[in-house]
Amino acid sequence: MTTDLAKHDPAAPEPIVPDALELEGESRIEGRTPLQLAWAKLRRDKVAMVSLVVIAIIIILALAAPLVASLVGHGPDDQYRQAGLTPAGLPKPPTGQFIMGTDDLGRDLFVRIIYGSRISLLVGVLSTLIAVAVGVVIGIVAGYFGGIVDTVLARLIDTVLSIPFLLAAIAIVSISGPSLTVTVIVIAFFSWSSVARIVRGQVLSIREREYVEAARSLGASDRRIMFVDILPNVLAPVIVYTTLLIPISIVSEATLSFLGLGVPPPTATWGGMLDGSLNYYRVAYWYLLFPGLALLITTLAFNLFGDGVRDAFDPRSDRLFATESETEDEKK
Amino acid sequence: MIRFLVRRVLQGLLVIWFITLILFATFYIAPSNVAQTLGGRQATPQTIALINQRLGLDRPLYEQYLSFVGNALRGDLGYDYYKQIPVTQVIAEALPKTLSIAIGAAIIWLIIGVTNGVLSATRPRSFLDRGLTVFALFFYSMPTFLLGLLLLFFLYFQLTLAGVKIFPAGGFVPFSASPGQWLLHMILPWITVALVSAAAYTRLTRTSMLEVLGEDYIRTARSKGLSERRVVLRHGLRSGLTPVVTQFGIDVAGLVGGVIVTEQVFSIDGLGRTSVTAITQQDQPVIIGIALLGTVAVVVANILVDIAYAFLDPRVRLN
Repeated sequence: MTTDLAKHDPAAPEPIVPDALELEGESRIEGRTPLQLAWAKLRRDKVAMVSLVVIAIIIILALAAPLVASLVGHGPDDQYRQAGLTPAGLPKPPTGQFIMGTDDLGRDLFVRIIYGSRISLLVGVLSTLIAVAVGVVIGIVAGYFGGIVDTVLARLIDTVLSIPFLLAAIAIVSISGPSLTVTVIVIAFFSWSSVARIVRGQVLSIREREYVEAARSLGASDRRIMFVDILPNVLAPVIVYTTLLIPISIVSEATLSFLGLGVPPPTATWGGMLDGSLNYYRVAYWYLLFPGLALLITTLAFNLFGDGVRDAFDPRSDRLFATESETEDEKK
Repeated sequence: MIRFLVRRVLQGLLVIWFITLILFATFYIAPSNVAQTLGGRQATPQTIALINQRLGLDRPLYEQYLSFVGNALRGDLGYDYYKQIPVTQVIAEALPKTLSIAIGAAIIWLIIGVTNGVLSATRPRSFLDRGLTVFALFFYSMPTFLLGLLLLFFLYFQLTLAGVKIFPAGGFVPFSASPGQWLLHMILPWITVALVSAAAYTRLTRTSMLEVLGEDYIRTARSKGLSERRVVLRHGLRSGLTPVVTQFGIDVAGLVGGVIVTEQVFSIDGLGRTSVTAITQQDQPVIIGIALLGTVAVVVANILVDIAYAFLDPRVRLN
């Protein structure tokens, strides 16, 4: 689904011309898919575009983390017990050598924060994709087949939704032991149910449409109807929910790592750094503030972008930052 | 109404029974090394067998389960494996702390969320609306534990440095011991739990109120010549609150997560922190006791929510 969006980047041979939308003639917009229309609308949304740029910068920094480390000259796990700690053995404030200061083991916080973004993005995106894939399949199957299949799956969805995430996650991790894989699986396991519920609700009404009836009378298999005829019609809410699920997953990972149940040390994670700062914030504000800012900027950027995506797909949605011209449109 | 209540209570009991089954099954599947931990590293197999026997862990699972249900019905939830005190006592010590946090926070977030939501909805697209929306989105993106840490840093540490010693670093003082100290210890945890949720409730109330204020009966109320304040608060808010109440019922379960993290940040030994410790130590009776209590709380909250609908929205009939 993201590849579809990416196809329509402004440099493509057939760009989406924003002006086309403002023309009265229906013929000009003919043939544009809902995805193209949404992307065109999203591109006019300044806040969403700024958020997208911020997200892109974070992704680039995450990918270039080894490069950053070699430029700075400090590895993410290198402990500078002499240069990186005060004579009393405490973290050092930001200086030319350590631009965001050091942590309690004399490690370079700047390099660790850059490396931490890799974990946040990896866990956030990966667990979201797994959750969405599972949720979409279960949601479509439940909604399409109905009857006993739906009853069982809907009960399952409700049950998973009613389990307190953090408590259950702690229980699972205490049995399995913390690791990156477990973190991704645990977060995905508690996220698919809301995707499934949304998709199921959509499919319940879509399966009664004429085109589904037509496909069936042409002899299409259930699988074909579900994934060729129905799936494209539930993509919009799925895309919206995917963008909003990523920041939630990032926060979940940070929270688990903060509690010592996420990605285990010495791997640099924002949650883990904040856990470490709990004992040192009195003497080292930078230890708390910089990882905290990194986490907050990332979740905020994803949430603002997700809000824009939601609005792009649904003109009636609860709008956060409508520009003035759009406000006029809505009043009409 | 009576029939509805009876049915809901029966359904609730079914859910509670189901949860006890799942909990027992989970512990049966999960490898248990409680006896090993208690016996220490030098424990002989005989010692471990003896410990298992004393804890009743050598009995078949269905027997353990039946005796648990029998005891639970008489108000006995078993003993903490490690401290050798009744689970009911463990819960009785932790519960007031958690309730202090949860109830205070819930009141604050409902007040902030609903007030901001109504203000936003009555002046859509105004400067105030935008401001409140930015506020909502900012705190919505804020992880609970980070907010707690930042509050500790600015309101405890920086203020204390500046000579203003208002807020303590954490811990808990019972209300009965000193109401003033209790309040001071609770304010930062309350804000931590409340602000993140208040953000979500602001958006929820705003959306719902905007929809309700566009309905015909609101126009009727206005054309009767009622004051705007009365239209919004009496006619609009009443049905506009329905989704908020629904969400609140759901959030009683979600509150658990926020409270666990908050108790961790502010070093308060409430149910959240107790259960985290119990889970990492595989202290089954404590985990099951707290989980059972949590399930009962969620079930009761959901029944209360259904009743609240009928009072809020005259169009809802319970049956």
